[in-house]
Amino acid sequence: MNVMNLDSPVHDRKTARGDLLSYARDGATEIAGALENYYVAAVFGWQDVAQRYRRSRVGAFWLTISVGVMIVTLSFLFGALFRVPLQEFLPFIATGLILWTFISTVINEGCTAFIDASGMILQVRLKLFTHVLRVIWRNVIIFGHNIIVVPLVMLAVQLPPSPVALLALPGFVILLLNLGWIALLLATLCARYRDITQAVQNLMQIAFFVTPIIWMPHSVSERVPEAFLNLNPFYHLITIVREPLLGHAPSALNWFAALTLAVVGWIVTLIFFGRFGKRVAYWL
Amino acid sequence: MPRISLKNATVDFPVYDASARSLKKAVFRSVVGANIAQRADGHVVIRGLDNVNLEIAHGERLGLIGPNGAGKTTLLRVLSGIYVPSRGEAIIDGKCVSLINISLGIDPEATGRENIRLRGVIMGMSAREIAARAEHIAEFTGLGEFLDMPLRTYSTGMQLRLAFAVSTEIHPEILIMDEWLATGDAEFQHKANERLRAVVDASSILVLASHSPELIQENCSRVIWLEKGQIRMDGPPADVLHAYQNQ
Repeated sequence: MNVMNLDSPVHDRKTARGDLLSYARDGATEIAGALENYYVAAVFGWQDVAQRYRRSRVGAFWLTISVGVMIVTLSFLFGALFRVPLQEFLPFIATGLILWTFISTVINEGCTAFIDASGMILQVRLKLFTHVLRVIWRNVIIFGHNIIVVPLVMLAVQLPPSPVALLALPGFVILLLNLGWIALLLATLCARYRDITQAVQNLMQIAFFVTPIIWMPHSVSERVPEAFLNLNPFYHLITIVREPLLGHAPSALNWFAALTLAVVGWIVTLIFFGRFGKRVAYWL
Repeated sequence: MPRISLKNATVDFPVYDASARSLKKAVFRSVVGANIAQRADGHVVIRGLDNVNLEIAHGERLGLIGPNGAGKTTLLRVLSGIYVPSRGEAIIDGKCVSLINISLGIDPEATGRENIRLRGVIMGMSAREIAARAEHIAEFTGLGEFLDMPLRTYSTGMQLRLAFAVSTEIHPEILIMDEWLATGDAEFQHKANERLRAVVDASSILVLASHSPELIQENCSRVIWLEKGQIRMDGPPADVLHAYQNQ
């Protein structure tokens, strides 16, 4: 049973706290509805990956192969450049690059989540967050392909697995929570302002270089101030998954920053999406 | 009891030209100030629906007629809950399915069986429902071994059969159609008509947009004549069709 009772954005000039709450509630209803019907996102996300396997034996593993080649090349290149032992550098760059590929693809594809699904959005009433979930799910599946490289690398450098690695799981959940709001916010914004997609791509490129992925913080520590790392949200998001995989526990600050980002991000996004989500169909 | 209620529903489409879609322009505009903003803000707004009041109750079969550009598709989208009116309100109470584009969600590279699942999901079926009904759907398509082949190997007619079979498998409370669905060769068409008839008869509310007076006459108990986004006439099929044809 669906009852829609929505008044106009034209004489919407709500700013009072109560109205922000009502927007947040609208937004939360949308998210809850999409999560309830996760099956839709699961089927179509899976389908997106399955498409890569058609007429190709290797399928989505092509992406894994290209990430693998990149990891090996970069570790030799930058390992020599920063004079870090390969045994330390290879696992670092493998986990970092695989995580970064996941994060940046979700964010870039999140921008076009609604635009790409416009055919569906204009024909079938689904909760809009479903289309964002689809993007996230398909990338989680691809991430599942790529992560296979990590144990191979560990084996190659003979790094024994440590129980700390289990911390990567809550870390990954917090990462997903963050990607959820970021992708939803960007999907909505980009449906309205199409060139934000380009700006985001640009930004992600810069973020790749300023975040410690192909360079290790301690190998350049004399030149990189603490604040430069700690003010970068991607640093915390990557660290809470990467460090456990490498056998170190992330710092309390890493956890705190990532969690705070998730909470604040979702609050802002729920209000924003509750306010503008109904307009998305008009923008497509 | 399923029902639909539109109160002063207005739908305005903002038409963003390339410049208004750009963030740079929006930032520039806000920096430059409100005065210029109004002049620079050259959005054209197209009114798709204009103050439409409409109550549709359980059991009604509503026909929708009007010239091209009258707002029929827009109204159908409001009734399906896709457009939320930019002013006024729309209450759509009931499980609603639109049979406008029955091929949506279908993947030509996937097999017939996979497509039954894809299309089933679009139709709002759960995993369990799809599992339970897949065999029944497969049987109705009459495609036999072809179901394990990729859809791109099918003829257009066969593809439509599959889409039709899945789309008419469930019986929604509110059914929205744009023209009658006709598919396949003569033999299949007979079977298909019967099946579609069953879906229509089982629905609590039918909304059917059509350019065919016969189709409306045959299926509807009430007709709305839409013109320029407004309801020009609302009444029994005979009266409205008569007025429409003799305008």
